[in-house]
Amino acid sequence: MRKRHTPKDRLITVALHVALAAGLFFAAFPIYWMLSSSFKSNTEIFALPPTILPKAFTLEAYAAILGDPVKLRFFFNSYFVAGVVTVLTVLIALLAAYGFSRFNFRGKGSLNTLIISTQTIPPITLLIPFFGLVVSYGIFDTYVALILTYLVFTLPYAILLMTGYLNTLPRDLDEAVAVDGGTSWTALWRVIVPISLPGIVATSVYTFLLCWNEFLFALTLTKSTSMRTVPIGIQLLMGQHAFEWNQMMAMSVLGSLPLLLIYLVAQRFFLAGMTAGSVK
Amino acid sequence: MTRQKRSHHRLKRAVAPYLYLSPSLLIIGLLMLLPMVTVIAYSFQNSAVLRRDPSFAGLKHYQAIFADPVFWASLWHTLYFTCMSVVFHMTIGMVFALMLNSDRINPTLRNILRVLYILPWLFTAVIIAVIWRLLLEPNGVVNSVLMQMGIIGSKVEWFSSPETALHAVTFANIWAGYPLFMVSLLAGLQGIPKDFYEAADIDGAKAYQKLIFITIPQLMPIIISISLLDFIWTMQVFPLIWITTGGGPIYSTEVLSTYTYKLAFSSYNLSQASASAVVILLISLGLTLFYIRYQKAR
Repeated sequence: MRKRHTPKDRLITVALHVALAAGLFFAAFPIYWMLSSSFKSNTEIFALPPTILPKAFTLEAYAAILGDPVKLRFFFNSYFVAGVVTVLTVLIALLAAYGFSRFNFRGKGSLNTLIISTQTIPPITLLIPFFGLVVSYGIFDTYVALILTYLVFTLPYAILLMTGYLNTLPRDLDEAVAVDGGTSWTALWRVIVPISLPGIVATSVYTFLLCWNEFLFALTLTKSTSMRTVPIGIQLLMGQHAFEWNQMMAMSVLGSLPLLLIYLVAQRFFLAGMTAGSVK
Repeated sequence: MTRQKRSHHRLKRAVAPYLYLSPSLLIIGLLMLLPMVTVIAYSFQNSAVLRRDPSFAGLKHYQAIFADPVFWASLWHTLYFTCMSVVFHMTIGMVFALMLNSDRINPTLRNILRVLYILPWLFTAVIIAVIWRLLLEPNGVVNSVLMQMGIIGSKVEWFSSPETALHAVTFANIWAGYPLFMVSLLAGLQGIPKDFYEAADIDGAKAYQKLIFITIPQLMPIIISISLLDFIWTMQVFPLIWITTGGGPIYSTEVLSTYTYKLAFSSYNLSQASASAVVILLISLGLTLFYIRYQKAR
């Protein structure tokens, strides 16, 4: 239907590609700059005129990060906390989602609204009472404090994601188990869980990312260097050596790897997790 | 099944959902709802958290906050930061989504660009802050390019001069946040029935008319709900500002979250910080009610 290859039409196509290139520059240049700076020496980063490709390619920044047990500990802490929270959140959310998806009960609607609204509670509001609680129970500066905190932040959305997924599965599947005299518990583990893997993966990805990125609570509820996570580690690096930009960039690259890998390997689940709450 | 067995089964069926929900409700109740009540209580106490038997303070801490010019400045910065971010997230997200959705580009290129355009989304706020600090360093690449092009005469201290700091953090946040809109709008664009456009073609509609009369109205529900969520979340931003400017210089980028954080953990005035946290909670709650009503109305 559309007339093609008129001069005007060709001009629009060219203009669109120019705009796409400009958009690409806007989106990707800052990230490219981080990556290329991580392979430069600290003096080259501020060379005039700036070097687009590292002139003297070096891995010294990565060696400095990976050779420092203090920094490796930041990575261990981040992986450990995010890993534990992901397992716990997915398990607890799966149970709740099963309850929401397969049963009708009094208070279902209001509980659902409650869970939706807890997603928008400002973290800063919870920070002060959490600090009070954590100090009074003597778990300040421990993994337990971080795990409990992250659990409560990831749970509401994880429940919504899992419920959404379970609602797409036909009910006959688990009703067949009930007809055979099985309990709902059997139906959950024998029938629902094995076919819910995509939903479980999307929920895990989302939970892991949220934990990996968390800053405010990690900053406030931990104190010793051995308890800090990667985001805090990057901030500490900035305070200690204000001028070691190449190390800061190397640590940022290493700190972004899990997210980039998850995105590249499981793009579908990543997008499902990141947008399910906003697009219904 | 005997009658006894059946009623036993029915009872199990009635109790089961509560059992499945109990771990979640326990966690949300104890670690989310209870702390919310606690922070409200703190805001009416003197020396909250710090003393075991705090005395009742009435509205004192709220009055102190409302009398503090820094609080009002923070509120204004939060509004500026949030409104600008949401408007530009939406605009950039929309433009990128429309460009990527055009049938003038080849599908392979489209897929590659889609991945690359999402990139800013994959980075943590802390890392985004560090990247922009490097880019906007007085001796950094942005200044050096702008000076070569003759746009600025001397090195600008983007994050450390009061005139530019708020714009600089807002810009960094705009860059970091548009992909949510882009991805959601792209999904929305693909859901608009093709016949709408074909009908418009038959009527001889121009491209901009199709945009205004078909595309935008069809995307409106997504635009509104994402804007509301983006507004609520951007209002709460902490790490980006904390790492780039720390709220400075001279409070020029102080927002409600950094203001509250400093009250609590730099001045140790946890009662007043609680009052400020409750104000933030009320604003968020108001917007959330609006959001939920909108979602239900759809």
